[in-house]
Amino acid sequence: MDESFTFLLSIFPRLLAAVPLTLALTAISGVIGNALAVPVALARLSPNPLLWMPSALYILLMRGTPLLVQTYLIYYGLGEILPGSFIQQTFLWEYLKDGFWYAVFAFSLNTAGYTGEILRGAMSAVPRGEIEAAKAYGMSSGQILWRVTLPRAIQICLPAMSGETILLLKATSLASLITVWDIMGTARQIQKESYRIYEPLIAAGIIYIVTVFILTRLLNGLERRINQHRAAPQSA
Amino acid sequence: MDTTLKVEDLHKRFGDAEVLKGVSLSANTGDVIAMIGSSGSGKSTLLRCINLLETPNSGRVYVNGELIRMKAMPDGTAKPEDQKQVERIRSKLAMVFQNFNLWSHRTILENVIEAPVHVLGVPKKEAIEKAEALLAKVGIADKRNFYPNHLSGGQQQRAAIARALAMDPSVLLFDEPTSALDPELVGEVLQVMRKLAEEGRTMLVVTHEMGFARDVASQIVFLHKGQIEEQGTPSEVIGHPKSERLKQFLSSTRH
Repeated sequence: MDESFTFLLSIFPRLLAAVPLTLALTAISGVIGNALAVPVALARLSPNPLLWMPSALYILLMRGTPLLVQTYLIYYGLGEILPGSFIQQTFLWEYLKDGFWYAVFAFSLNTAGYTGEILRGAMSAVPRGEIEAAKAYGMSSGQILWRVTLPRAIQICLPAMSGETILLLKATSLASLITVWDIMGTARQIQKESYRIYEPLIAAGIIYIVTVFILTRLLNGLERRINQHRAAPQSA
Repeated sequence: MDTTLKVEDLHKRFGDAEVLKGVSLSANTGDVIAMIGSSGSGKSTLLRCINLLETPNSGRVYVNGELIRMKAMPDGTAKPEDQKQVERIRSKLAMVFQNFNLWSHRTILENVIEAPVHVLGVPKKEAIEKAEALLAKVGIADKRNFYPNHLSGGQQQRAAIARALAMDPSVLLFDEPTSALDPELVGEVLQVMRKLAEEGRTMLVVTHEMGFARDVASQIVFLHKGQIEEQGTPSEVIGHPKSERLKQFLSSTRH
């Protein structure tokens, strides 16, 4: 037992060194995915069937199939198609040899589906009167979207969006299955080298929970800042 | 006299219900027109057709002599021919809503400068100076950095009036501005509106406040079932109502 504990402690530095990679996966996929969620939500709300039907199908596929399936399909599927295509001649090829960017691709698309659906709900929940006021004051439909509907919708769904970010952070552990040495990938590597099953998993679990805790605090702070219109009045 | 606002033969249908059945109206610079009538008479719809928050089925609206160009659609509705023109004209018709409709993610000051900066293209610094003066005028200068939800209804409506004034509008449209307020807050809003009328602002006010209509309006329009039943000076309309319906309406609103 004592020896086991010593081993557990000894692998922390290696696992901690993988934290930046996990955070990078989360941050890059989160930013791209949430940005893509905007067109997904807009298309979903469009009265035009050529827009809302593909968007609804996209959301259904992303939310209806396991992220692991999506990740494998993208990693092995694209890995099959890309070599030999024009991509191989471009600078992108350097990146596409690495599992990391396939993981980013898969997680971004998945996040876009989930957040797109959340954002759609939030956009329909923006008070009609505020949009009407924007119209009545001569704003164009683009201005109404960027200056009223979207900021209001993001305020409304911020708690749900930060919940999604936490889920994404944990979901990035799937990247370990496509040769990404994130926290989980490193833990698996240690398992293979040491023939120890539990200690790397326990250490990884501890690191994940601390990371999640810190991220939650950060996101709550952000939420409070953005939603200060609901908080107690500040003095002038 | 300049005709600031002219409405000709406005018709509006919601499905089978004809809410406006040919309404014509004109306002010269400095006129304060109070529109009264029971609920469902079409007075709010008329106001909302003027800035095209509702699209009239037919009829013409002129603002400062400029016709809002509409084209008839095959299904009997109409559509603006040029959305840019609509936006430009809307920026001259500032509206004050029953439920204030301030943008709740922006502070009071940001609410007031939003449209001047982003629609009219006024430099931000200039817009802020003007907004501060307007907020002082409506008596809430100290609330400039508050969010709308932190203000009382009366304060929010006064902020909404400041937002309207910041546009230097040709016409101010008021859609039942005191109906959503607690009784003790009505006075402060009406007081601001009286001040604006005295300054010679052109105002179109849908209201249930008969006292305000009598004292402040230069003209009262009584709508009934989508048509103008009677119109004239306050002493004509309130003092000597001709139609039976107007007499009935007036006796029902008298406390």
